[in-house]
Amino acid sequence: MTDAELLAGLPPFDQLSAEHLAAVASTAASVSFPAGKILFSEGEPAFGCWLIRSGQVALGSQMPGRGQVVVQTLGAGDMLGWSWLVPPHCWHFTAIAVTGVTAIEFDTTRLRALAETDPALGYPLALKLFEVVVARLQNTRSRLLDLYGNPRER
Amino acid sequence: MNADPMLPARYLVADTRRETHDSVSLRIVPAGEPLPAFRPGQFTMLYRQGVGEIAISVSGDPSAADGSLTQTIRDVGAVSRALCRCEPGDIVGVRGPFGTGWDLESAAGHDLVVVAGGVGLAPLRPVVLGALARRAEFGRVVVITGARNPREFLFREQLAGWADDPRLEVTLTIDQPAAHWHGQVGFVTEPLARQETEPARTIAFLCGPEPMMRFSAEALMARQIPAASIRLSLERNMKCGVGLCGHCQLGPLLICRDGPIVDYETAQPLLAVREL
Repeated sequence: MTDAELLAGLPPFDQLSAEHLAAVASTAASVSFPAGKILFSEGEPAFGCWLIRSGQVALGSQMPGRGQVVVQTLGAGDMLGWSWLVPPHCWHFTAIAVTGVTAIEFDTTRLRALAETDPALGYPLALKLFEVVVARLQNTRSRLLDLYGNPRER
Repeated sequence: MNADPMLPARYLVADTRRETHDSVSLRIVPAGEPLPAFRPGQFTMLYRQGVGEIAISVSGDPSAADGSLTQTIRDVGAVSRALCRCEPGDIVGVRGPFGTGWDLESAAGHDLVVVAGGVGLAPLRPVVLGALARRAEFGRVVVITGARNPREFLFREQLAGWADDPRLEVTLTIDQPAAHWHGQVGFVTEPLARQETEPARTIAFLCGPEPMMRFSAEALMARQIPAASIRLSLERNMKCGVGLCGHCQLGPLLICRDGPIVDYETAQPLLAVREL
């Protein structure tokens, strides 16, 4: 299976044309990480994003007195990393492989260049990434509702 | 057997077990004539003398042969607090069994997806125990349970055992980041969305706060699982337990009689109505 065929079956790429899939696939490479591997660290310049195929990645932040606190766990099918897309282009959290991880890694410098030179690719790609961000936001909002709290304590 | 459904049967508290800071499981045994056998998902009206009566689902093994019932109670009000304070040897009143069950039998041949939030795991535990007891009848058994933090999972020892059980696919996830937690952090819909489900052969069982069930049902439907294949446990103010008083009305349903287990095809339009 070519990278383009692989991407064609995976959201957020499943609606792209064959031509655009091939373009996106040219920026992609299959990668794997062992458990404990730090994929990126908070505050560092943000390059790259990953579509997780298997395993889990913890997104967290170093908290004084609390150590590394995990704010979210990502798994198969999740996109990891979008700080490359928006200023200041620095990672907001640290990503650590909790288990062995396989993923598709994108060269975001090339991906952004492709999107900027071809809006017919850039716009649907941006919308698909936006869908992912909205889903992540909605899940975070659900957590903020504190649904499992005791009504007596509210 | 007690012929009058309004008359509580006397049950003796045999054991108590603190599950979390505000939840307790009681194992109660008949002090006289036992009530009819319960099906997973059904509930009792549990009565603490001198305080009052509330609806509590059965959280124990449905195949218990000694007539005992296990019920898990969260301290949220006067009656639940009094029940949480019961000690071995106390007598409680029990009416039931009431309501519809999860109907695990009709899910034979399917993959089961069990999604529980907070104390919603209590009514779903008999589903998992029932599936394990007849494991060969089902495909995958996926259990996703969420809690506010690691201390607030019910049945923690059993969950740890289930997580190691190759017959189950268990995910524990918490809402609030916590130190020394090695499970997942995220809302239950996140691991749910990662499941590779086969829509035609999946039956989902949901229990937890109503918004959690709505969000989970929507996540399942986004994966083409039909609303009719999604079962959820609804909660309203049950009083009589037999569809007479109307306190638990939800649109055309009396939840004590027509629920608490309802499929999402039925529940979806009702849950969309504000203050219904």
